[in-house]
Amino acid sequence: MEAAAAAVLPSGSSQELHVLAVDDSYVDRKVIEKLLKISSCKVTAVESGARALQFLGLDGEKGSLGFDGLKVNLIMTDYSMPGMTGYELLKKIKRSSAFREIPVVIMSSENILTRIDSCLEEGAEEFLVKPVKLSDVRRLMKDCVLRGETEGNAGRRFDKRKFEDDNHNHTPSLSSSSSSTPSPPSSPSTTAPFEGDVATSELVSSSPPYSSKRAKLHGHD
Amino acid sequence: MERNPLRRQLQLMRKSLFDQGYLDEQFVQLEELQDDTNPNFVEEVVTLYYRDSARLVLNIEQALERKPYNFHKLDAYMHQFKGSSSSIGAKKVKAESTLFREYCKSGNGEGCMRCFQQLKKEYATLRKKLEAYFQVARQAGPMETACRPK
Repeated sequence: MEAAAAAVLPSGSSQELHVLAVDDSYVDRKVIEKLLKISSCKVTAVESGARALQFLGLDGEKGSLGFDGLKVNLIMTDYSMPGMTGYELLKKIKRSSAFREIPVVIMSSENILTRIDSCLEEGAEEFLVKPVKLSDVRRLMKDCVLRGETEGNAGRRFDKRKFEDDNHNHTPSLSSSSSSTPSPPSSPSTTAPFEGDVATSELVSSSPPYSSKRAKLHGHD
Repeated sequence: MERNPLRRQLQLMRKSLFDQGYLDEQFVQLEELQDDTNPNFVEEVVTLYYRDSARLVLNIEQALERKPYNFHKLDAYMHQFKGSSSSIGAKKVKAESTLFREYCKSGNGEGCMRCFQQLKKEYATLRKKLEAYFQVARQAGPMETACRPK
């Protein structure tokens, strides 16, 4: 039985990752739930952005305290949903002080470059093209956990950013295949570059870090 | 080649579904998620798909009764239908959905109507074949159709 998430966690920690999955499609919710459970995650699957915010306690309703036991480690959301889109949900999460650190992954059946760019610009960790495969989820688990491991290591984080800048010189080639982001090379993975302690001047002077993610998205087979 | 006749029949039915283009790789992905703790996972997902599809087909039919067509709405319904068809690996149905959306985008009502009739046919055929397949699957018992790569 796959235990991708549990196996890669730092020794001594046997906590499963808790993933909040958001999708208005019954079929897709069932599939993503299974993909995550097989990857040893705890899953909460909800049908809308509104429900997701409710679960996180971000809906402004009083009495939404005490979610410590249900800490969310990753949010995976569909892009096209009635009411609040995945993009709008992403923005709300990234603009909240309590939850902006939670990695958000967008899933979409449409491989639209401008859409991908806007999501990454707003701080999405990854953009997966549907249908989502087991290999996508496994890669996410590795990336998320790797990110968690380096959370407190600011020095290493700078090195990662530098490495990502080196990669940004790919010419993004548009892919019409339905495969999602490729496995990153043995280099550091998709650590979110928008960390609080990176000086603003660093961000401005170098190329936008997200372009390296874009290059990774499209520079694959 | 399976010795057990039921399992052999199942293998042949499965192969035919792929060879004739009714199913694609995504169906295999679902099979890989099936295990002892959830031995009917694929059938459960497909059953959800039927329910979802019934609702969407009805919505589209009703929308096609109102003239002039609301292409935006039609496209939105078909986007959903295409999505769930894609999620279970329903290759032909997905292709018809894509075509329907093209007609929506170009405002071609005639095209939409024709395409929708074809789509319903493809969907009905797929459903019949899958129902037969799962019936045999249940009789044949658990079977290694795809191994989850380690």
